[in-house]
Amino acid sequence: MLLRSLTIPRVEFETGTGWQLKPEGACKGDVCIPLPETPGADVDVKALAETMGLPLASAPEHGLWALGPEAIGGRALLTAEASDLRLPDLDGNEFALSSLRGKKVLLYAWAPY
Amino acid sequence: MWQALRNELAPRGFELVTVGLDTLGAEGCRHFIEAARPEHPSLIDQYHKLADAFGVINIPSSVWIDEQGMIVRPAEVAPAPPGSRSGPPPQLPPETPARLRAIMQEAVKIPDDSEVYHGALRDWVEKGSASDYAMAPDEVIARSQPRDENRSLGHAHFELASALEMAGHHDAAVEHFREAHRLVPESWTFRRQAWSLEPVEAAGPFARFWQGPKPDEPESWPYDGGWLEDIRREGAENYHERWKP
Repeated sequence: MLLRSLTIPRVEFETGTGWQLKPEGACKGDVCIPLPETPGADVDVKALAETMGLPLASAPEHGLWALGPEAIGGRALLTAEASDLRLPDLDGNEFALSSLRGKKVLLYAWAPY
Repeated sequence: MWQALRNELAPRGFELVTVGLDTLGAEGCRHFIEAARPEHPSLIDQYHKLADAFGVINIPSSVWIDEQGMIVRPAEVAPAPPGSRSGPPPQLPPETPARLRAIMQEAVKIPDDSEVYHGALRDWVEKGSASDYAMAPDEVIARSQPRDENRSLGHAHFELASALEMAGHHDAAVEHFREAHRLVPESWTFRRQAWSLEPVEAAGPFARFWQGPKPDEPESWPYDGGWLEDIRREGAENYHERWKP
């Protein structure tokens, strides 16, 4: 998740990472990580990242940071449920993978290099 | 190729979603997509979200997802349908630079599991969850790429590098791409993407495939490896894991 500040609205953190910040902790699927205090309207990303074991890459000279994915369970997939991938098409229109529920989907990654 | 396969299997409730992994986004992918004229969703992934979300480390790769949105096969190399590679490899014009010729020579040595892969795909489309090739959730997870804290950090560096490149901070991007390569050494997509952002004009339409030191100024190459160098070092036969049911 890309960041242009290390203090962001809690909702933005939740949407960007898929982790919900509840009284019992930061939760995703069946996993909840206890937090020292319930976050308010804004969150200190650096502190939260440390508590949750989320890596943070920094380029402060350019005002940019990136919060990496969690590494729980030692695998790229925490669950077999496909994440609701949303990506644009050539015209910039967003497409949601979940719109294909009811079909067998083959997601094919390619590159022009 | 894939288009024809998709059209053939569509009546059985099958859909193909192609995703172009490229920092250069729509502009990098446009030429190929417009040439293909797809009837299926064809998406652009500038930040390699497919690496984060599904553990893609190579292209072309596929993930199979069933009607309930459950992954039944995690990211694995996806060969072109059988018959796509019939006949000898295309003859390169005589003026083709030696490096591109050498890359092609290595590429044709990469093992091809097209028959077994596509046999399995058709079996799944036919039988659904009853197919031997559809994995249960625990197996899907176990067979996805390893991800430890170092690799996660590598993903963060890659995302940061991508943003820096898009913002025009190329040198800073290179530093973070290098970190991503160091932390996720098995990812060919992280490497090839970064290398492709150093186009060599002398290679004409293949500028982005050069992926290595410029012939006239090799010392300016900012990476430790390159496409030809890495495939030779690792062996084309080891380029990806062989397909397993």
